[in-house]
Amino acid sequence: MLKDQKRTRTSRIPSDKIFKIAATVGGVYVLLIIGIMVFYLYAESHEIWEHEGLDFLIGSEWNAVEGREVFGAAPYVLGTLVTASLAMAMGVPLSIGIAMFISQAPKKISTPLSLLVDLLAAVPSIIYGFWGLYVFREYLINWIEMPLHNTFGESVWIFSSAPFGLDIFSASIILAIMIIPTISAVSREIMVAVPHQQKEAAYMLGATKWEMFKLSIFPYAKTGLIGAAILGLGRAVGETMAVTMLIGNATGPSAFPQTLFQPGQTMSSIIANEFIEASPASLHLPALIGIGLILLLVAICINIVAHLLVSRMLKVKEGVVNA
Amino acid sequence: MMSSSNQKRAEYRTLFKQNVKGRLVVDKIVMGVVFGCVVVALVPLGSILLEVFKNGISALSIEFLTQTPGAIGSGEGGIGPAIQGSLIIIGMSSLIGVPIGIMSGIFLAEFGDNRLGRTIRFFNDVFMEFPSIILGIFAFLTIVLILGHFTLWAGAFALSLIMFPIVARTTEESLKLVPLTYREAGLALGLKKWVVTFRIVISAAKSGMLTGILLAVARIGGETAPLIMTVLGSSQFFSGFDAPMDALPLRIWRLSLLPYDSAQMQGWGAAVVLIVMILAINIGVRYYFSTKGKRSGLVSKIIGGKRK
Repeated sequence: MLKDQKRTRTSRIPSDKIFKIAATVGGVYVLLIIGIMVFYLYAESHEIWEHEGLDFLIGSEWNAVEGREVFGAAPYVLGTLVTASLAMAMGVPLSIGIAMFISQAPKKISTPLSLLVDLLAAVPSIIYGFWGLYVFREYLINWIEMPLHNTFGESVWIFSSAPFGLDIFSASIILAIMIIPTISAVSREIMVAVPHQQKEAAYMLGATKWEMFKLSIFPYAKTGLIGAAILGLGRAVGETMAVTMLIGNATGPSAFPQTLFQPGQTMSSIIANEFIEASPASLHLPALIGIGLILLLVAICINIVAHLLVSRMLKVKEGVVNA
Repeated sequence: MMSSSNQKRAEYRTLFKQNVKGRLVVDKIVMGVVFGCVVVALVPLGSILLEVFKNGISALSIEFLTQTPGAIGSGEGGIGPAIQGSLIIIGMSSLIGVPIGIMSGIFLAEFGDNRLGRTIRFFNDVFMEFPSIILGIFAFLTIVLILGHFTLWAGAFALSLIMFPIVARTTEESLKLVPLTYREAGLALGLKKWVVTFRIVISAAKSGMLTGILLAVARIGGETAPLIMTVLGSSQFFSGFDAPMDALPLRIWRLSLLPYDSAQMQGWGAAVVLIVMILAINIGVRYYFSTKGKRSGLVSKIIGGKRK
């Protein structure tokens, strides 16, 4: 009897301890992976930082031929920035509009609509690319790029090169479509999180729906909406396959984004295109890993800022509910 | 007296009408524009589904689904190895990603009310947004480069990195929905914490966790970028874990690089298989939960790719 009690008492403590340790290990795993990832990417690309130095960031020549190896990532960094900002310019207003519509529509309409918009996020990136390559591109050339080129081609330099459909502009549009579900889902959540008193106060003053948005939702939700947009930016920066299939994949100085209708290259697309052909013995692989490191650091910064902004906004909501 | 107040009233009425009319017009226009945004966003979705099904269905046949790809450009053969490879890789990454994700979710829900928990939750959310191609590079550096050959495990590891944060967050949210009284009842019976967690809390939160796992599977099923440098792609059926393997998204990509019309048709065929698989999981999970009327908010958050 006494022995029995003793056994349960001693066995209780270790098994729960093991459980807690196992759970903690599961939790800490993500921190470990992030740490090891940054370290590994740096360790495997340090050759290129030593070889090129700052030129890796500002140079534009890209040559993997042995003996004449020179690597500059500037066109791809710029390509990522340009495509992502164009996508934001198109995607953010659309997404905010969608969030406005869904957040104030009656439930019968808003539920199926938000499901449909969310399905846009479920479609894999490779399908966007394939559709863009064989369907969307034709429409884009005939209906948007050609008219723009014909009317403004001579006066506005960004429309000056002859459109081919595989260019910075088409990649940006696909990106814009792909970030809509992300931004609109978060913005919707944030608009719903605005306290009812705010909206009612605006209505009580006789505001129309639009004035209510202007008076109470936008000022209150500003931070959160910016956070949502930055989350979309993070997605646009990291997006690979659809962009790779549509951007035209230029390399070297010609990949510098100069006009909208010229082939370009982003950081993620050059990795997708060249990674397999790069030999681990040459500088080519470290160069690509170096681009990966830049991309990773950019993505980490963007997402940390975005999550801080969004979570601050949603915490306010919790506070109000609890009060 | 009477007439002057009536006059004033009429005056105010016209003023009011003038004021309101303009504002109502602006309101109508804005609401129209906002509705237009929704339409603009849904046109691509409609077009993608329409084109994929229209072009894909005609490419489908029993041979297409089961055979190995024929000679390049011949338009013969099928995507058998790609389907097989996708299923194997999804299974393997679930084997790695689900247990880690569940343990991480348990940690966040049961022990996560402290600084470490908050840090992990935050970085979990940040990690979820990492570019998937970086995860592929990481798996390449840690597994392929060290072993010296392409292996299925590298692909499975890369995809498990996409999977586990999703599973962790859904597990956490579902465990938190289980009332504290369940745990207290178990502890009052003298059960150990881990018995309470696994036998009582998890069995109550099972369906929410299953949702998370299924949505994570749908997400990794369409991932291409991390597979390029880890499993490479092949045209043969499974021949061991240490050989390159094909997957549906990879096959679509390879087909898109070929200049032949027949390759395009096969690409649409593979796309329809992939999209049916992914949308079936997504819509199935949503339908199941919207009819049950529970946790649909959670589901929509996961599918939107974002959680708070």
